[in-house]
Amino acid sequence: MDQVKVLNTWISPFGMRVLIGLEEKGVKYEYQEEVLSNKSELLLQMNPVHKKIPVLIHNSRPVCESLIILQYIDEAWGFTQFLPSKPYDRALARFWADFTDKKFYDAGARIIKSKDEAQEQAKRDLLESFQLLEGILKEMSAGGSLPFFGGKDFGFLDIAFIPFTSWFHTYESLGNFKIPLESEYPLLDAWVKKCMERDSVKKALPSPDKVLEYAIQLRKGFLGD
Amino acid sequence: MDKVKVLSKWVSMFGMRVPIALEEKGVKYEYQEEDLAPNKSDLLLQMNSVYKKIPVLIHNGQPICESLIILQYIDEAWDYKQLLPINPYDRALARFWADFIDKKFFDSGFRIVWSKDKVEEGKRDMLENLQFLEGALKEMSAGGSLPFFGGKDFGFLDIAFIPFACWFHIYETIGNFKIPFDSEYPLLDAWVKRCMERDSVKKVLPSPDRALEDILQLRARYMVG
Repeated sequence: MDQVKVLNTWISPFGMRVLIGLEEKGVKYEYQEEVLSNKSELLLQMNPVHKKIPVLIHNSRPVCESLIILQYIDEAWGFTQFLPSKPYDRALARFWADFTDKKFYDAGARIIKSKDEAQEQAKRDLLESFQLLEGILKEMSAGGSLPFFGGKDFGFLDIAFIPFTSWFHTYESLGNFKIPLESEYPLLDAWVKKCMERDSVKKALPSPDKVLEYAIQLRKGFLGD
Repeated sequence: MDKVKVLSKWVSMFGMRVPIALEEKGVKYEYQEEDLAPNKSDLLLQMNSVYKKIPVLIHNGQPICESLIILQYIDEAWDYKQLLPINPYDRALARFWADFIDKKFFDSGFRIVWSKDKVEEGKRDMLENLQFLEGALKEMSAGGSLPFFGGKDFGFLDIAFIPFACWFHIYETIGNFKIPFDSEYPLLDAWVKRCMERDSVKKVLPSPDRALEDILQLRARYMVG
């Protein structure tokens, strides 16, 4: 009998990936909400290296780092795969998921934590990331004729990126700008709507308003506004 | 007929991973040495337009970027003599520690070599990171009774870490300290010596003295004061 537990915080896009992955595979799991200012003994024991969420605990063994957890979920419950079957397509999916961590997430975090020119640069970087992802979606969806980054199937890269959509409203509000999804990134715009119809996504993503409320406090902590 | 080309820099620990893996798989490849900006080749800028960094693997005209993603691609495209373990949990562990090496270990070394005010903290962190890796090696080698991070076989995590072996001398010289391998990290110490006996590693790793000379020259050029 599989015992699956997730240590997470509701706000984390990295954690949302894990929940979506488990829901897509139909895996039953226990959820434990962590308070980052008061981390549980279990979290510190299961992730002594980074002391971060998300952590997946499968039959008492921890797996850490969201993209590594996602690949683990794909391999441990090995029916209907998240990753494509061809090695080159797998490499592309991994590369762009890694890109969302390195570039997209980083630009978003800087929008939240900074102001003036530093924030302006962060906004430019975010829009450049959107541009690149729109291009990749075009390629991977055969020009938009297929619904997902995974082609006809909702897959690894879709799961990696969809959580950030709950943060778009926050980036716009705190950065005081509009992300031109409809006009500049129409494929991404359609893709978001398509993903939001999935039960796994609806269950895992918090409301954008709740995210903004949280992020405003976060920003105060950084800038003392 | 497979066409395989590697764009890399001989002194880069990330770069070294790729030819080691290709050698282990017995794959013939063409090697192109890259220079730093502003002398990066057109091919590099075209094949890795997102980051403009080495290493890049070009397989039949298609580029793969990011060294750990390249390693997984090599393992899947030439799918004999697997580099990653078979069991999903062991695969997750191998990926986790390779990611740790990139995020934490590399960063502590970077501070030693390239910062002026963070050298001491870089050194402290490096020793702590080595402690973690010694522990991981102990677990994965069944207490030292198996030779590698991959257990009985030289694998993904071994390839990810062994290039750093020619950088320890650089860290020690610039940081003005001795890494206590014999006393504190005996399993790692034995592991390095064992890996250095492999043809792939002997062929790819530069001598520590040559690497040190190159990095000292680079530092003299780029660090002021």
